[in-house]
Parts: sequence; structure tokens; C-alpha cells
Amino acid sequence: MYNKTYVLAGIIIFVALFTTPFWTGIMSGSYQRPAVQLPANEKECVEPVEYMRAEHMQLLNDWRDQALRNEARVYVSSTGKKWEISLQNTCLKCHNNTTEFCDKCHISNSVYPYCWTCHIEPKGKK
Amino acid sequence: MSTSLLVVLLIGVVAWLGASLGLASLFGVFLPYVAVIIFIAGVVWRMVYWSKSPVPFAIPTTGGQQASLEWIKQASLDNPSTKWGVVKRMFLEVFFFRSLFRNTYAEVREDGPRIVYFSSKWLWCFALLFHYCFLLVFIRHFRFFIDPVPACITFIEAVDGVLQIGAPRLYLTGVLLLTALLFLLGRRLFNERLRYLSLMNDYFPLLLIIALVLSGMSLRYFIKTDIASVKAFTMGLVTFQPVGAEVTKNIGSLFFVHLTYLSVLLMYFPFSKLMHAPGVFFSPTRNLPNNTRAVHHENPWNDRNAPFTTYAEYEDTFRDVMVEAGLPVEKQPDAGDKE
Ligand code: HEC
Ligand code: HEC
Ligand code: HEC
Repeated sequence: MYNKTYVLAGIIIFVALFTTPFWTGIMSGSYQRPAVQLPANEKECVEPVEYMRAEHMQLLNDWRDQALRNEARVYVSSTGKKWEISLQNTCLKCHNNTTEFCDKCHISNSVYPYCWTCHIEPKGKK
Repeated sequence: MSTSLLVVLLIGVVAWLGASLGLASLFGVFLPYVAVIIFIAGVVWRMVYWSKSPVPFAIPTTGGQQASLEWIKQASLDNPSTKWGVVKRMFLEVFFFRSLFRNTYAEVREDGPRIVYFSSKWLWCFALLFHYCFLLVFIRHFRFFIDPVPACITFIEAVDGVLQIGAPRLYLTGVLLLTALLFLLGRRLFNERLRYLSLMNDYFPLLLIIALVLSGMSLRYFIKTDIASVKAFTMGLVTFQPVGAEVTKNIGSLFFVHLTYLSVLLMYFPFSKLMHAPGVFFSPTRNLPNNTRAVHHENPWNDRNAPFTTYAEYEDTFRDVMVEAGLPVEKQPDAGDKE
């Protein structure tokens, strides 16, 4: 091997960098999908739960456009139920503890919605 | 081009079918582990293999005045004569693709006809855009591999989504990355000279990365999947406790297509032209100082104890033959011998 010091240093840095997820993973131990606190006395969300998990941000975006651009404040879900289009008065009426619901899942996935700079989030009943 | 496209599409279809048919653990666990091992071992092997090639000559390419007399200004970045100068040159090369900035384009003009060279910065511009966006996208993905997510990653995400377009927020790097890739592909397709030169090993990596980016962007913006389950899945991989069907059933097949594209890229990487980053260590034209007039560059395979012959001895041995062939000699042969 020629240029040994530089090449070896390069190889060591490369291997160390590209295995970091495994080192940090082994150190942090096993990971569970965050257990969110579901509304106590409700059974169903606006849409089926699989849909909500994947698409709730898209739904909120559509709601926002519907309410503010089309003045349409009623949402008919895929099951035919009618909902008032409102972040605070619909979603957060049921999910009334954002810290234990939205935030818990978001922080774990490094999602920080900027909605709360204007909308008010309930921090759970005191 | 069409073969590469076919292969890339086939990989996607196979992964999609596999994941839909319940082979998620094959495409989601086995393949990624194999890919990571091949990638890391392949890169190390390639670097060790390359480092066995000696550099017999000092061959730095120069683009300016060499270090000379005091009153002659040296082009210290284009013709560095010290190690520190080389460091500066390499820094600009690695982080700003300085030599690509000099890219020129030649064209035959009809008036004459004459050939015209002009500077062409597009390739430099989009290559730089591609590499930096890819790097940021790569770093951003670590939110899936590290828990709790480090603040620096969150910060990059915040900057990347600063325009707050839609929900989920549109990431600028994703769009720029795709734009740059389409330019790099279009360049090969619409420039007839480049098209003539382009082979499968040019098209395949481009299309593979385009497919990777498209599948990733679809996962975020169009065909969404439960990200929380995806994180549970990826964390299972990095903690060596792969999750089972109870989690993978919540994850769409497109995610496994995305992961398969990544795995193929990782396996292909060490054996392809994408392996140009370690060239930093193995480019004597770039990483040697141009001090050939001050310092003796020894060919590393020279045997120091090899027997040597001086010119005088050489001439002594071959004088008669040399004279016969009409070659000039330093010492004339004895007159007696000649006649
Ligand atoms: C009528 C009360 C109600 C309203 C209104 C409501 N939700 Fe839900 N939500 C629920 C319930 C109950 C569940 C749990 C469903 C289940 O597990 O089957 C749920 C589940 C969810 C989940 C999935 C959580 C998980 O299990 O991972 C998300 C995300 C969510 N809701 C977001 C929203 C958003 C965003 C809104 C506003 C558009 C909203 N919800 C409005 C009651 C509600
Ligand atoms: C700059 C402040 C601001 C931010 C940030 C903001 N909103 Fe709003 N939002 C408003 C205002 C003002 C309205 C109008 C309220 C009305 O007319 O009922 C509104 C209305 C809405 C509505 C429909 C009406 C209602 O009562 O909820 C939705 C849905 C909504 N916002 C969702 C969001 C989401 C999701 C985010 C984060 C991605 C967000 N907003 C961020 C200011 C903001
Ligand atoms: C089961 C986990 C989970 C729960 C519960 C959840 N979210 Fe989310 N949310 C996510 C994930 C994951 C993303 C990011 C998706 C991505 O990056 O593609 C997200 C993204 C968002 C975004 C878009 C953020 C952006 O700007 O990019 C908004 C807005 C949002 N969620 C609102 C809510 C609200 C409001 C609630 C509570 C009522 C909630 N979410 C509950 C997982 C969750």
C-alpha cells in the first residue's frame, strides 16, 4: 500500500461515518412506535385510522384550502359523515391533549408543524 | 438508455410485487443488510486495491505559473508547490468542483467554418446542485435512523422546508435534486456528441437515482404511508431487531420499492463510476505538489540496491558497435583498431 496514512485514515473515517446509525442504534436500545393517547370516549376518527396515519397532514392542508379559499366549512368523510372543517374545533376537540397525541408522534419522527404559532393547542385538561 | 430504463423499472416492479406478496422481510430486511455489507466492504476493498498502485512519476497537472523566482507571481492554487497549497487546491476541488468550473464547450461555426470554444458552466452548476442536495437529503434521512433525532437534523429540515408550501412541507432539496438529475440525463440525451459517448454504465446510475428520488418524493407527497411505522421499521434494522409483519403490514409497498432502489444503489456503488470520491487519495495529477524542480520524486518500485552501469562503462562495452552504427561516442576508439 502506498500513501498508507492518508488512505487508512480515509477508510477509517468512511467506515465510522457510514456505520453511525448502527452504533447509535445499539446504544439507544430497542425502539417502539410512539404510543399516543387516543381520545377516551370516541371510537372513530374523521376518516379510517390507516388513512389518518398516512394522510392527516394532507387532509389538514385540504381543509385549510377548503375553509379559507372556498368558504366550504363542511367536510363529508368517505363514510358519509359530516364534519365541521376546523383544526381547533374538530381535530383538537377529540384529540384534546396535543402533548400526548400529536407532539408525541411528531417529535419522535422529527416533525415540527408551524401551525401552533397561530392556532392554539390544548395541552390536556388540568 | 432503454436497457437501463428497463432494468430500473424491472427492479421496481419486482420489489413492488415482492412486497405485495408478503416478501417484505426479504426486500426490507435481508436485502438492505446484504447491501450495506457489500457497500462498506466494496468501498474498503476498492480503496485498498487502488492504494496498491504506485505513483512512479510526479505528474501534477498545472494551470498557472509554477513557483519560481521571487518576483514572478506563482499561481498558488493552480500550481501549488507545498503540501498546504495542495490542501487548499483539493479543498476547492472537493467542495466546489473547481476544475469542472473550467469546463469548455467546442462548436463548429458555419462561417469559416471555424471552431469556437466557449466556457460552459451548466454542468458545473447542476453537478454542484446535485451533490449538495443529495447530501442534504441523505443527512435528512437520519431522522429515521437515530432516536432521539439530533437537533442538527431538525434544523436542516426546518431550513429545507422554509417556504412552508403545503403539508407535509415541500422540501426544496428534493425538488432541486430532481431538477439537477433531469438536467444531467437530458444532457446525455440531447447533446448528440454526449449521446454517442454514453453507455449503459452512464444511464443506469442516473436512472436508478432518479427512480430512488421519485419513489421517495411520492412517499412523502403523493402515495403516502404511515411514517411512524416506517421509523419503527428502520429503527428495527439499525438496532438489529428487525420488526415483523405486525409493523410491515402498515407500510405501503412503495416504501419497499424505495428501499430496494437504495439497496441496489448501495450494492452497485463500489463497482461503478460513482466510486469517484476516493479519487481524492488516488489522483496524482491533483494531490501532488508541483515541486519537481526542488524535490526528487523517487519511483516507489525502484530497487535501491540494484546494480547500475555508468555511461562510461556502457560506452566501453558497446563502443565498437556504436561507431559502426555511426553513433557519436565520447572516447574515440584506438586508431590502430580502426584500420
Ligand atoms: C370524533 C373525534 C375525532 C376527531 C374529530 C378527530 N379524531 Fe383523530 N382519532 C380519533 C380516534 C378515536 C382515533 C383512534 C382510531 C383508532 O385507533 O381506530 C383517532 C386517530 C387519529 C390518528 C392516528 C393515531 C394513531 O393511532 O397512530 C391521527 C393521526 C388522527 N386521529 C388525527 C386527527 C386529525 C388531524 C383530526 C382533524 C382533521 C382528527 N384526528 C379528528 C378521534 C377523532
Ligand atoms: C399565520 C398564522 C397561521 C398559521 C401558521 C397557520 N394557520 Fe391555519 N388559520 C389561520 C387563520 C387566520 C385561519 C382563519 C380562521 C377562520 O377563518 O376560521 C386559519 C384557518 C385554518 C383552518 C380552517 C378553519 C379552522 O377553524 O380551523 C385549518 C384547517 C387550518 N387553518 C390549518 C392549519 C394548519 C394545518 C397549519 C399548520 C400547517 C396552519 N393552519 C397554520 C392562521 C394560521
Ligand atoms: C401516528 C403519528 C402521528 C400523529 C398521532 C400525528 N401526526 Fe402529524 N405527522 C406525522 C408524521 C410522521 C408527519 C410527517 C410526514 C412526512 O414527513 O412525510 C406528520 C406531519 C404533520 C403535519 C405537516 C407538518 C409539516 O409542516 O410538514 C401536520 C400539520 C400535522 N402532522 C398535524 C398533526 C396534528 C394536528 C396532529 C394531532 C391532532 C397530528 N399531526 C398527529 C405523524 C403523526
